[in-house]
Amino acid sequence: MCTTCGCGDPELVPVELHEKILAGNDRIAAHNREHFREAGVLALNIMGSPGSGKTALLEASARVLGGVRLGAVSADLATDNDAQRLSRAGIPSKAITTGQACHLDAELVHRSLHDFPWRELDVFFIENVGNLVCPAIYDLGQEANVVALSVTEGEDKPLKYPVMFQKADLVLVTKVDLVPHLDFDLPRLEDNLRRVMPDPKVLRVSARTGEGMQAWKAWLEARRAPVVAGRSKEARPHEHAHAHPHEHTHEHAHAHGATTHSHPHAHQHAHAHEHHGAEERHQHGGGDHGHEGSGHDHEH
Amino acid sequence: MHEYSLVEALIRRVEEEARSRRAVAIHGLKVSLGELAGVDPELFQTAFETFRQGTLCERTALEVVHYPARWVCPRCGKTFARGDILRCEPCGAPAQLTPQSDALLLDAIDMEIP
Ligand SMILES: Nc1nc2c(ncn2[C@@H]2O[C@H](COP(=O)(O)OP(=O)(O)OP(=O)(O)O)[C@@H](O)[C@H]2O)c(=O)[nH]1
Ligand SMILES: [Zn+2]
Ligand SMILES: [Zn+2]
Ligand SMILES: [Zn+2]
Ligand SMILES: [Zn+2]
Repeated sequence: MCTTCGCGDPELVPVELHEKILAGNDRIAAHNREHFREAGVLALNIMGSPGSGKTALLEASARVLGGVRLGAVSADLATDNDAQRLSRAGIPSKAITTGQACHLDAELVHRSLHDFPWRELDVFFIENVGNLVCPAIYDLGQEANVVALSVTEGEDKPLKYPVMFQKADLVLVTKVDLVPHLDFDLPRLEDNLRRVMPDPKVLRVSARTGEGMQAWKAWLEARRAPVVAGRSKEARPHEHAHAHPHEHTHEHAHAHGATTHSHPHAHQHAHAHEHHGAEERHQHGGGDHGHEGSGHDHEH
Repeated sequence: MHEYSLVEALIRRVEEEARSRRAVAIHGLKVSLGELAGVDPELFQTAFETFRQGTLCERTALEVVHYPARWVCPRCGKTFARGDILRCEPCGAPAQLTPQSDALLLDAIDMEIP
């Protein structure tokens, strides 16, 4: 007998799911990752507090990474200031206006690809919302997480925000040119990091003086190598297979407001795959209802 | 405050499951929450109270099972105390997080199916 609502004698059926609450986001993130890997683009999720120097770091990167094609999308609550700063620094970029949202999610990133030439890039920076909490748990399809922590924020931040640091593949200690003016204790920061990260990678940088930018460049190049190698492996022609662009439709489930819907989604992918006929068209996912707003059929 | 978007995703998923099984009500929900899931348990509860209005979860009891963060050495199985350096010196190995430590799971739904 149900005691919750006094409804008499209902048939209570326990349904076991053991499913991630963020499963929907993770699916789209996996899809983004597939796009990035297949195009040989190193996608990085740049996180950190508001004002920790994320945009300045990218501006400074443009100065040391001559010959590497950089691009960025930048989360901004209301403005497109960061995207404008990056464009002026020579990094093609675009704002993702997040409104009230305190983090980016995989769907926002996927949508940002639609009319952006991300395939032409070597490194694609995703500048997340300035926030040390919320962005950490949303996979975007990035290859690595980079957390910018400025010396003005204090050495205790890793202990206060363990989730963010635990997810970091690289911690950039930014604005190190200010250290002489502060009583910032770098060894203590590194000690704190070892208590929340099993194997921390830390680099000290200054966007102002350029200190540490060569080490950051070397890190980027090391992370880029396997992405580029993976791509050439994927595109290597097989005996009865060859690379050709094909269209397929797949469904993306995602949320807008309180409703769920999914929509078919056409993509051009260049994949290597086996086929027997000259032309092959794949249809994954059924035709569901369409999507309001801008058309979602895209080539990217 | 991503707890609100998490609860929204949770309720949407539960309603979808309920519809596919033709349930008329949802009596209980069980959620696993690890200490390192990046979720504030109180905000999560508050968000649930707010969002369930007008949904199939209007009268649903939410049970949240909490899991503490646990780091272990993958070689010798030593566990680390809170605040320890996350590296096992004798084994020379970085600690590993147990899966429940950052769980954020919808475990089970009690549905009323006529
Ligand atoms: N001295 C010094 N100041 C810096 C450095 N990098 C950034 N700043 C300053 O720090 C402030 C914030 O820098 P931004 O690059 O806008 O920081 P952000 O993390 O992109 O900020 P949001 O996108 O608003 O979260 C600006 O006033 C920068 O001039 C640095 O290396 N040295
Ligand atoms: Zn910025
Ligand atoms: Zn896509
Ligand atoms: Zn949030
Ligand atoms: Zn050990």
